[in-house]
Amino acid sequence: MNPDVDSAAVRARGLTKRFGGNTAVSEIDLHLARGEMLALLGPNGAGKTTTVEICEGFLRPDAGQVRVLGLDPVDQSARLRPRIGVMPQGGGAYPGVRTEEMLRLVAACCAEPLDPSWLLDILGLDGVRTTPYKRLSGGQQQRLSLACALVGRPELVFLDEPTAGMDAHARNLVWELMSALRADGVGVLLTTHLMDEAETLSDRVMIIDHGRVLARGTPEELTSGDEEHRELHFRSRPGLDLEPLLTALPEGCSALEVRPGQYLVRGHIDPQTVSTVTAWCARHGAMADELRIGRRSLEDVFLELTGRELRA
Amino acid sequence: MTRQESSDSAYEGLANTPERTTRTPTFAPGTFRPSPGRANPLRMLLTQTRAESLLTLRHPEQALLTLLIPLVLLIGMSTLDIGLVEQPRVDSVTPRILALAVMSTGFTGQAIALGFDRRYGVIKRLSATALPRWVLIAGRVLAALLVVALQTVVLGGTALVLGWHPSGAGVATAVPVLILGTLVFGAGGVLVGGALRAETVLAVANTVWFALLLAGGLAIPARHLPGFMSSLAEYLPSGALAEALGACLADGTAPTAGSLLVLLCWGAVAGALAVRTTRLS
Repeated sequence: MNPDVDSAAVRARGLTKRFGGNTAVSEIDLHLARGEMLALLGPNGAGKTTTVEICEGFLRPDAGQVRVLGLDPVDQSARLRPRIGVMPQGGGAYPGVRTEEMLRLVAACCAEPLDPSWLLDILGLDGVRTTPYKRLSGGQQQRLSLACALVGRPELVFLDEPTAGMDAHARNLVWELMSALRADGVGVLLTTHLMDEAETLSDRVMIIDHGRVLARGTPEELTSGDEEHRELHFRSRPGLDLEPLLTALPEGCSALEVRPGQYLVRGHIDPQTVSTVTAWCARHGAMADELRIGRRSLEDVFLELTGRELRA
Repeated sequence: MTRQESSDSAYEGLANTPERTTRTPTFAPGTFRPSPGRANPLRMLLTQTRAESLLTLRHPEQALLTLLIPLVLLIGMSTLDIGLVEQPRVDSVTPRILALAVMSTGFTGQAIALGFDRRYGVIKRLSATALPRWVLIAGRVLAALLVVALQTVVLGGTALVLGWHPSGAGVATAVPVLILGTLVFGAGGVLVGGALRAETVLAVANTVWFALLLAGGLAIPARHLPGFMSSLAEYLPSGALAEALGACLADGTAPTAGSLLVLLCWGAVAGALAVRTTRLS
């Protein structure tokens, strides 16, 4: 037996799920170690929620295998559910239930729950303890949903777009909470379409689009570039002739217009390269606006892989 | 204005309720140390039943449907000289109003509650916890039975004040009939509330309630309905329950096998269908 099987929080191979003629996820492999944070990053409709719902046992995959804490999430859900915390997309509560009642109802299912009163306090829900769920704002409903996911002291939590609908302040709070979870050894599987959420918090990132995994790795791996693989971005007039630039650049450099007016030079970027680029712009009488040299951002990686904007 | 201030004011504006906004807590190591487990199932069942009953009783439209309307009809039909009602009026009316109360809670109330609970994602939310499926279902059933018990006490008490003289032995046989009726109508409520969109559930559950009240042997006894509607009503769950309760409470006899069979058939069909069609969200 593979010793890894026991240590994995989530291990999935070849997950495929179709809804009618539409393939929501296709051949997805996934591995999450205990106490690790993995972000599924992708635009709306990429297959993130389907993947998470398969792991939670709400959906049975058409093909592939998944084990969560060593258990089959559908057939052994009764054993699995007490050990995981779930924050479904869009929350979930009785429409007429009061905030504190709902959290206490979920806490009553757990052997050793966290103090519901304390959780409401730290999540900034102290002032709405007696407010009916349907009258909470979207961000408040999200925070109550997060509290419900955490109250049972789970080993592993599934957070489906945890900061959707939250303002910057609440988002920072939730990020701090997620860091504390990871530090205490709780595994976190998170879906998001926010770059910084994936980049700054997660140990590893999987980029998903159209139900397929396009790339995976640590944020550093995905965005890495050694000295030979840096990028120079700038904006200028659309449609400049790249031929003379390519000729002037040193061997191994590439230049392209990724979007109209958005240029990218890759390869060995040194002061000489920058000078070559600006000189080429000058010959065209064009400015090099927002000139930036650096590693690729996850956004760049995503754009490159899919040809579309993540936040679309 | 700094960025911090602007995000603070946006946060305040998010809800009209006072809210703590500025404190960002740091968590002591070990705060979220995993220690999962399932609570005692009986304690869960108690909590779940209490929550479901409270939510029903606190909901104004549910209270209107389950208590106020049956109460008004009971008093009106017993005291006003309207419609075809046998004498003494209150003895004839009370069993049918109790059947109406059972239908309101078991069918219409349950269907609407389930439809909107699904819309608000609570069934999925609770399924994702340590709560076993049987506790979730049993909690709803027990809550419905509790509400019916409360309705029976309120309506029965009012009927007694109005001069109701139920058969003593009949009261004891009426209890299992009320329970059976709640389960049968409850199965129908889950069938409608568990599969359709919330707005559709609202329309269907209320229309069926109204149709059965008027033509299903509740407002008017089945045998007084015109033509074929009279025999049709006997095969409807409302007519069968009213007849069974009337046999116990008005006549002091056992309910006919026919009425019980009609109820059981409706319950079995609705239950079997509901098992296949009910969705979590």
